[in-house]
Amino acid sequence: MELTVLVIKSLVILAVFGITLLIATYSTYAERKVAAFLQDRIGPNRAGPFGLLQPIADAGKMFFKEDFIPAQANKWLFILGPCLAMLTALMSSAVIPFGDSIRYGSFEVPVQGIDVNVGVLYVFGVVSLGVYGVMIGGWASNNKFSLLGAIRAASQNISYEVALGLSIIAILMMTGSLSLRHIVNEQNGFFQWNVFTQPLGFVIFLTCAFAECNRTPFDLPECETELVGGYHTEYSSMKLGFYLFAEYINMFTSSAIISTLYFGGFQYPFMHQVHDALVDSLGSTVGHNIATGIGTAVLFGKIFFFIFFFMWVRWTIPRFRFDQLMNLGWKTLIPLSILNVVLTGAGLLFDKFKYATWLIVIVMIIMAATNAIKAPRRKPVTVPQL
Amino acid sequence: MEGFFMAFYRMGWHRTAANYVRFIANLRSFLSLLSMNTASYLPSDYIPIFIQLSLALGFIVVTMLVTHNIGPKRHSVKKDDPFECGIPTQGDARAPISIKYFLVAILFVLFDVEVIFMYPWAVNFMQLGQEGFIQMVLFMGLLLAGFYYVIRKGVLKWE
Amino acid sequence: MNQFNTFLASFKNLTTAGYLFYGLGLITLISAISVVTAKNPIHSVLALIFTFFCLTGHYMLLNAQFLAIVNIIVYAGAIMVLFLFAIMFLNLKEEDEEAKTNVTKMAAVIVGGVLMVLLLSIFNYAPVGTYNPASFDAKTGLVERLGIVLYSDYILPFELASILFLVAMVGAVMLGKREAGDPHF
Repeated sequence: MELTVLVIKSLVILAVFGITLLIATYSTYAERKVAAFLQDRIGPNRAGPFGLLQPIADAGKMFFKEDFIPAQANKWLFILGPCLAMLTALMSSAVIPFGDSIRYGSFEVPVQGIDVNVGVLYVFGVVSLGVYGVMIGGWASNNKFSLLGAIRAASQNISYEVALGLSIIAILMMTGSLSLRHIVNEQNGFFQWNVFTQPLGFVIFLTCAFAECNRTPFDLPECETELVGGYHTEYSSMKLGFYLFAEYINMFTSSAIISTLYFGGFQYPFMHQVHDALVDSLGSTVGHNIATGIGTAVLFGKIFFFIFFFMWVRWTIPRFRFDQLMNLGWKTLIPLSILNVVLTGAGLLFDKFKYATWLIVIVMIIMAATNAIKAPRRKPVTVPQL
Repeated sequence: MEGFFMAFYRMGWHRTAANYVRFIANLRSFLSLLSMNTASYLPSDYIPIFIQLSLALGFIVVTMLVTHNIGPKRHSVKKDDPFECGIPTQGDARAPISIKYFLVAILFVLFDVEVIFMYPWAVNFMQLGQEGFIQMVLFMGLLLAGFYYVIRKGVLKWE
Repeated sequence: MNQFNTFLASFKNLTTAGYLFYGLGLITLISAISVVTAKNPIHSVLALIFTFFCLTGHYMLLNAQFLAIVNIIVYAGAIMVLFLFAIMFLNLKEEDEEAKTNVTKMAAVIVGGVLMVLLLSIFNYAPVGTYNPASFDAKTGLVERLGIVLYSDYILPFELASILFLVAMVGAVMLGKREAGDPHF
């Protein structure tokens, strides 16, 4: 690898790193604003214009809080827990293609940390390591609530990891590569986006992404009504901040991965026409780089939509019960994703037909409709007159 | 000005500088040795991961050091106890827990290996064709039979 | 002594990959030894996870990229989680560690020694793979090649693996079946 290429890649990684942290910081602000909007409140508006300095104030507060380690905790493991959670969260963005490529002199460097042909598996591997931060933190606290929260979190994460892995397989069968860049390049053209060819796979993946990020409706590990604060009950100061921050970083990365796998990544309709027009008018270097920039901006638009979607769901849907959660993961999502794989395979073998899984979706919609029609109508609640 | 250069020379820093230049040159040749261009399917494709790793580790270590060193530190016996909603702590927190969680973990390991087996198959799906499809359906059928047994035995029943 | 000098001299004309290999090998050995010597079982598991990462590094140096990542997913990500669960269940403490008698220690030393002699003799006779730059193909260890070989030449072991999974599942259910009245929460 030439030094120039390495320097450009380092700059890309540095930029992605900074943007990740910035977006995670401002996600806390956005979350409170979205919550306020959905609940007809105003939300944070005291620190700076529109409360925009609120995340900075929060971070400062976190830093100056007492960094408390319980007497009965294992000190080093207690410190290691949040560090591991943060490390796994920060490492996962390396394989995501954030744009096409940058031209610099005679080099053409892809806007991506590493362009390897095991990209999907890299994401899967980092996700599978995410359990340790929670488990070690919860165990080291030596607190009953923390331990129960950690065990719950670990069971939930590993249960949904299986369905997560199975739901991607259908995409790989169509693409024939584990490289995320290859998967994005396959989705050129609006109706080639995997969300149209794999609607069921998308829904399963989205659900599992929610569960892996411990977001509502799957936030049982930190369920206040049962477990006080869950695995981070004993944590304070920036160690608590790391756990919360890691959740927001995971939200950003999973939004990016959902956009990459199912919504065409940095692709947008008429991309090639725009690229050619820019290259014609501004030259092959500047025009190409600007076209890449537009693609990156489009990708970030998709990512912001999914971050908003995460928040929207959080303030709309109530939390699952633990048995409901496990039943959904094991008895619904895993069989469904296996069915998805089999049907996709059958469709591909039969004349390379990519849209076979719509069959399951149609059957499910019909079943839901008949259920809704057959179900006995609920009596309207009568309010007793006073 | 001349005296300054003489002092520089006498302290041997010019050698340090020359060594530094040589180090950079070595680094250059080291990097070009590993591979010549991008996407070469060689281990050098993974070098940028270490940049990301060092960034992440640096961020974490600096933040941890800062947060440990600013902020108050006050200890007391009651405060250092594990939190149990205000009542005195009862027993050890690390009590045995339900075996179900452990069974879920075992099932997860089995399914994880199965999913990993499916990745090389899915990548080569079009090439392996019908034969490969039947083989994988057989594999999954046997596994699903076991899964059906597990469900019927009520291992995944939570109450 | 002379041999030792040539061994030292061989370090000077190693390639970059050679230095990386020796460095990584040293780290692997240290972390593997600390798995055995660690007092706290959780520290032991963490050291084992780190050892698996080092092994992934070795796979990387051999350019077996698929195996490298799978090593992380299956060993570091799944089996080690199982280990952590087991440790949390057993609730091991340093004080109630069972006393090891001299007989067990002796038996352990003998078994370990025999295993080491066996491994060394196998290593002595085994053909060591050589590297031919003319026929080198960087894509050999990638997932595409591996899939083709696995699903054509090694299809029988693959199908037998599913029977192994079936047996493992049934065994887990039999071992972990909860009797009525057992505490659970």
